[in-house]
Amino acid sequence: MEAVAAAHQEHWTRLVATLIRLTGDWTLAEDCAQDALATALERWPRDGVPGNPGGWLMTVARNRALDVLRRAATEDRKLRELALTTDPPAEPDDRLRLIFTCCHPALALESRVALTLRTVAGLPTSDIARAFLVTEPTMTRRLTRAKAKIADARIPYRVPEGDALGERLPGVLAVLYLLFNRGYDGEPLLADEAIRLARLLNTLMPTDPEVSSLLALFLLQHSRRHARRDTNGDLVPLDRQDRDAWDHPAIDEAVQILRRTPVTGPYALQAHIAACHATAATPSDTNWPDIARWYDELARIQPTPVIHLNRAVAHGYAYGPTAGLDQLATTKDIRHSYPMVIAVEADLTARTGDTERAKALFHEAAAASEDGPERRALLARAEELT
Amino acid sequence: MKYMMFVCTDTEPETDESRVPDIEVWVAENDAAGRRRDGNVLASPTAATTVRVRGGEVLLTDGPFTETKEVIVGFDILECADLDEAITVAAAHPMAHHGRIELRPYADL
Repeated sequence: MEAVAAAHQEHWTRLVATLIRLTGDWTLAEDCAQDALATALERWPRDGVPGNPGGWLMTVARNRALDVLRRAATEDRKLRELALTTDPPAEPDDRLRLIFTCCHPALALESRVALTLRTVAGLPTSDIARAFLVTEPTMTRRLTRAKAKIADARIPYRVPEGDALGERLPGVLAVLYLLFNRGYDGEPLLADEAIRLARLLNTLMPTDPEVSSLLALFLLQHSRRHARRDTNGDLVPLDRQDRDAWDHPAIDEAVQILRRTPVTGPYALQAHIAACHATAATPSDTNWPDIARWYDELARIQPTPVIHLNRAVAHGYAYGPTAGLDQLATTKDIRHSYPMVIAVEADLTARTGDTERAKALFHEAAAASEDGPERRALLARAEELT
Repeated sequence: MKYMMFVCTDTEPETDESRVPDIEVWVAENDAAGRRRDGNVLASPTAATTVRVRGGEVLLTDGPFTETKEVIVGFDILECADLDEAITVAAAHPMAHHGRIELRPYADL
């Protein structure tokens, strides 16, 4: 039933987050939220959708939790029963503490990712297992271990305050970023979830510039999802993509977000770079000097090989292939571990007019790449140079 | 919540020499706050004796039971509200800068 599916999307996180605060029991919280939704699936088609679906689900889930606690005679049962029966109806929003607890740095990164998908996003364990190419029992064990560590080591259920918030937020954003990239590389479910989670985080922390920027970055990258691959599944380079196939409402939304968000960190810089590409009507309309400037800043705060490489590409387009090759010289030491460096050198060399050398470089890059669409694209470039 | 804090050396050469805290200050502060319930420096692992009972017989081995390069050089018992507080206390210990610290919660069975 559609209303139940919508209720799952809208209310799952709040249901689970509140039940965890009241009972301290993660598995009980998930089970009761699941039960409440199952009950809705049974009742709503017959009795009609209640006026306040979220409130209805919360009541059913709380009663279910009470039932379970009354039957299990645990020591702190009375305490938890009391919390469940006396919590004021206008409870605070617990969703942010749920997110911060799932992303606690004392948990392994793979556990943080799995827990965020299961508990915050409400994805079935089987789907998460499939997305990460492990069996369902393996994923179940991973989730169980993570929940046990939260309980045993007493990882607090709260949003960090003051300096601690600034220290912990990048870790939360890194989990979403990993999810999105995993989705971008071929598991669309994860990209959609990452965007949904970024939207939720942006609603809960509307004044944090890096949170808003991360959402904008996701929207911009995701806007190319229907144009990134050709019918063979091969990657289509940005300058050859059908720009009409880009998701323009998503691009507009991202641009609006960036317009009102100050640039304070790496996600804002990446989002501005993505926006320069996304707002160019044709490849030749791309504002490369702006992109080169954003990359200069990004390379200052995150001097990674990949960023230096992209910076060289941007300088190549902004100020000519020789300027690009000069920048590329700073990445010499990584030439052997990143075939992309050779590919970029090949592209820049081709544009200087040295076709012979460019051709040899494209072949060298192809030989260093793994067999697949990337290698095919490099060989195709070599063939074009005659 | 009680945590056992194992204070260990580290085989990795990298250390953090910036603003290394003073151990006397660390002990005094955490004792005063009631967070540090006990703790001490341990004698070298060469003074360790490993004890096992097998087949009714007491078997002794000279030395620690694991031959690792990292050595437990001390311990502290912490009483903290939660893991975040314990992490803050551990990160303020000089050996977090020179070595490594393992926080183990009491299982409280």
